[in-house]
Amino acid sequence: MSETYGLLAEFSTPEALMHAAEEAYAAGFRQMDGYAPFPVEGLPEALGKKNRLPLLVLIGGIIGGLGAYFMEWYANAISYPINIGGRPTNSWPSFIPITFELTVLCAGLTAFFASFALNGLPRPHHPLFSIPEFDRASQDRFFLCIETKDPKFHPNETRAFLQQLNPVSITEVPE
Amino acid sequence: MNAPDQSPLTSDFSPSTSPLGYPTNLLAPAQTYETVNKTIADIPLKPAPGPWWVGFIIAFLLLMMFLVAVTWLFWKGVGIWGINIPVAWGFAIVNFVWWVGIAHAGTFISAILLLLFQPWRTAINRFTEAMTLFAVCCAGLMPLLHLGRPWVFYWLLPYPDTMRLWPQFRSPLVWDVFAVGTYFTISLLFWYLGLVPDLATVRDRAKKLWQKKVYAFFALGWRNSAAHWQRHQIAYLLLAGLATPLVLSVHSVVSFDFSVAIVPGWHSTIFPPYFVAGAIYSGFAMSLNIVIPVRKIYHLENLITDRYLNNMANIMLVTGMIVAYGYFIEALMAWYSGDIFEIYMMINRAFGPYGWVFWTLMLCNVLVPQTLWSARIRRNPVLLFIVALFINAGMWIERFVIVITSLHRDYPPAMWAMFYPTKWDWMTLFGSVGLFLTLQFLFIRFVPMISISETRELVAEPEKANTL
Repeated sequence: MSETYGLLAEFSTPEALMHAAEEAYAAGFRQMDGYAPFPVEGLPEALGKKNRLPLLVLIGGIIGGLGAYFMEWYANAISYPINIGGRPTNSWPSFIPITFELTVLCAGLTAFFASFALNGLPRPHHPLFSIPEFDRASQDRFFLCIETKDPKFHPNETRAFLQQLNPVSITEVPE
Repeated sequence: MNAPDQSPLTSDFSPSTSPLGYPTNLLAPAQTYETVNKTIADIPLKPAPGPWWVGFIIAFLLLMMFLVAVTWLFWKGVGIWGINIPVAWGFAIVNFVWWVGIAHAGTFISAILLLLFQPWRTAINRFTEAMTLFAVCCAGLMPLLHLGRPWVFYWLLPYPDTMRLWPQFRSPLVWDVFAVGTYFTISLLFWYLGLVPDLATVRDRAKKLWQKKVYAFFALGWRNSAAHWQRHQIAYLLLAGLATPLVLSVHSVVSFDFSVAIVPGWHSTIFPPYFVAGAIYSGFAMSLNIVIPVRKIYHLENLITDRYLNNMANIMLVTGMIVAYGYFIEALMAWYSGDIFEIYMMINRAFGPYGWVFWTLMLCNVLVPQTLWSARIRRNPVLLFIVALFINAGMWIERFVIVITSLHRDYPPAMWAMFYPTKWDWMTLFGSVGLFLTLQFLFIRFVPMISISETRELVAEPEKANTL
């Protein structure tokens, strides 16, 4: 089975895809993914997808904030202290704006880069791109792909299972 | 490719208005996934229409004028401008504050309205985010041009240099560097993140190989997977949450540049909220000045319905009132402080040599926008465009009044001087408009200018598009 990536079922509405995803999950499939031209509410959860992105963003933000304050304190109080009007060199209220800005900056950079890294993007090629109909996943069609690496995958049985979900078409995706 | 037969239709609602006579539709009737894809994604794939070329050439010529002005500036120094002592902050700072302000509407629409679940951001968020990016580019250039030695601008950044010096982090001018830098970076990431799925749509619709390759490169291999959408949506929401305080903080920091100084007319606690309201005010005006012609030229009335224009006009009316309140409080506090310098500054501002500028400001920013109370004007694109032009001019004049009239009469009368802009000042101002418009024209030529995936979502959930 190494030359096949999976079986791709095409649906015409988000509801049909949701239904198919729920059925497939109930049937015990795990190595699968849905494809839709916009985020379908509840679909990732129905497919059993989880993500840790918010935690990473929180960590990024904390590092940014602490790093910014440390930098300001080190620069203005330790490395090059200047007495300005007798104010303390570690004048924390003046350090807040930059601490805030760098918290936002680091959290934002983490959100952006981590979301792509966890998604495995950029990835110029993917087996699904060899299916001409798959161009419509970004336009007006909804797809469910059950991958061959799923332990429950069986070429004929899985095809029969997808068939009873009433898809518009079923395509075998070559690796 | 078979016909998109079973796509949901938005035919179940017809053009409707609210009880008060406001348009309520976010989409025209009979929109399908395919009409949305075709309307938006085919613009970058097809040759540009005639009006685009006319606009682009004008913008490009203005950009060339900007380059001439900047080259001469680098050759001769800031002495070619009208600045002097005491008016050391001339057009460069006026332009800087104006452009940063214009940027704010983009973030307001894309971030704050997203968090507030306002569906009327959908058709305009991409435009206005692009506007934010380009306006911040123009803004960021201004203080750099104003530096006596712009080639050492990197001294503003904290890096372990051989002189063993650090920026002074207690100075609002250094805060500005971080505020504007963060703002630009976050706006760019937010814009690109939202753009990736749409670039994939354009990639999949492209017929020519080179177009397919270029859009495939920038789409990063996006394949609309549910797991990807999930992370994408969370990242988008988190970036919106992070950008929201930026809307309020960036212009607050800009206003600290003024209010931390002990100059009469600047040293005021009203500045941060008043600057932020003014920023959103001018930003919405600039968005309207861009959206109205683009909607007409590209026939986007089906997607950018009158409801968008109406809502944007409403926001301008509200923020305009806040700005008017700011003018009132400035005058009131000058009187209430009992400080002779504050009182004199206010009288000089309204009746001194720059009095006519002040009253033009009142006309543009306080009087003309009152016409927006009329629903007929809010729904008339031509009149709305004209009102928005007044507001844009008014907000530029506001910054002129704040910067120049506060500075030109310093405490001792021996330190009084007039500021007269030179032709280089004007060339820099209008040239920066050229830079902004050139980038904007390139954007609408090559990038899907409305979020296709979000519009498809509206098609799938027509009830969302039709609620007030």
